[in-house]
Amino acid sequence: MDNWTFGITMIVVGMGGTLLTLWILSLIMSLLKMLFPYQEGEE
Amino acid sequence: MLQAIGGGLNGLIDGFAHLHWSNPIMIVVGCVLLYLGIKKNFEPLLLVPIGFGCILVNIPLAGLMERGGFLKVIYDAGIMTELFPLLIFVGIGAMTDFGPLLEDPKIFLLGAAGQFGIFLTLVLALALGFKQLDAVAIGIIGACDGPTAIYVTSKYAPHLLAAVSVAAYSYMSLVPVIQPPIMRLLTTEEERRINMGTVKRSVSKTTKIMFPLVVTVIGGLIAPKGLPLLGTIMLGNLMKESGAVSRLTKASENEIANIVTLLLGIAIGATMDGRVFLRGETLIILALGFLAICLDTVCGVLFGKVMKVVTRGKVNPLIGAAGISAYPMSARVVQREGQKYDPKNFLLMHAMGANTGGQVGSVMAAAVMLSVLRGMGII
Repeated sequence: MDNWTFGITMIVVGMGGTLLTLWILSLIMSLLKMLFPYQEGEE
Repeated sequence: MLQAIGGGLNGLIDGFAHLHWSNPIMIVVGCVLLYLGIKKNFEPLLLVPIGFGCILVNIPLAGLMERGGFLKVIYDAGIMTELFPLLIFVGIGAMTDFGPLLEDPKIFLLGAAGQFGIFLTLVLALALGFKQLDAVAIGIIGACDGPTAIYVTSKYAPHLLAAVSVAAYSYMSLVPVIQPPIMRLLTTEEERRINMGTVKRSVSKTTKIMFPLVVTVIGGLIAPKGLPLLGTIMLGNLMKESGAVSRLTKASENEIANIVTLLLGIAIGATMDGRVFLRGETLIILALGFLAICLDTVCGVLFGKVMKVVTRGKVNPLIGAAGISAYPMSARVVQREGQKYDPKNFLLMHAMGANTGGQVGSVMAAAVMLSVLRGMGII
């Protein structure tokens, strides 16, 4: 694979994949926060 | 008899006779690292053993990095097997409170933006003629995360390990110097004054316990090649948040982390043999590493500006700079910069959220990178 193809793939899939994965994690954690809300006095 | 005395005396000057021109220079470099660690307090836990390891390996004829030498034994046992960075990650997970991040999960996105420098630097390294896997190792300096950089480099570009790890740890400790000018350049005074209010405690213990499990399973499924990194940091965090294994948690964040840090540092220092380290390539790697961290900060702050627009002015773009893995230095830098323009503005907890997001982000970026490489058939 030539360097140009490699670099563009890493930027698009690497950066995109990182952003997408963390976005999915943020959605799941927001959902979990709603499902298991913090209760006053909880340690 | 005179011959024996002459031979004996010769043995005492052999070390001087075998000094390569690069050895004294590297001994001075080792002393500079010791100075930064001891006098300037820049990452002393790492710079002191690295600096001392550097001095040790540049004394000729000791054979410390030859087969059977004690530094070689440590290097082979912990670096080549990737064990040391992974054990450090268990400790980091046990020490990190992801609570501020979970208070506002959208902050995760800043942790992603703070990793863009990795990929941009990778492309620059390719443009400068580095091989593909070497460029990956150089880009990973932008993770601003020593163990991740060591893990990736020792696996795929071990000949660059010394330069990459020295760059990663040195620049990580220089975050308070590198970031503020970029933050000021990219934000207006009005933006720096944005008050994000106080962080309310709103995360239950159940959510905190489920967080490491979710990251491990989801992250592992998306990027299985990075599971050792993800799994170890999340194991440490699960132990901390569950509270069920306090002895293991304490051991992870104290004894294990301390012992491994010492061995890791000295083994990294031992790779800094002048004959290998003093090359033009090393200087280029150090320059690219610096650029990587600058680009991380630029992308983080710019993404913070996007979030400011999307949230209609509720997010202070400065916290985007904390979306890197240098924890907690970067969050403190944001707090200090924010307070310069409004002493009543407390951005620390918001920045801590972005900073812990950067920790997850750096590991995730490395994991994604490795899995993409595997997908392309390169590793």
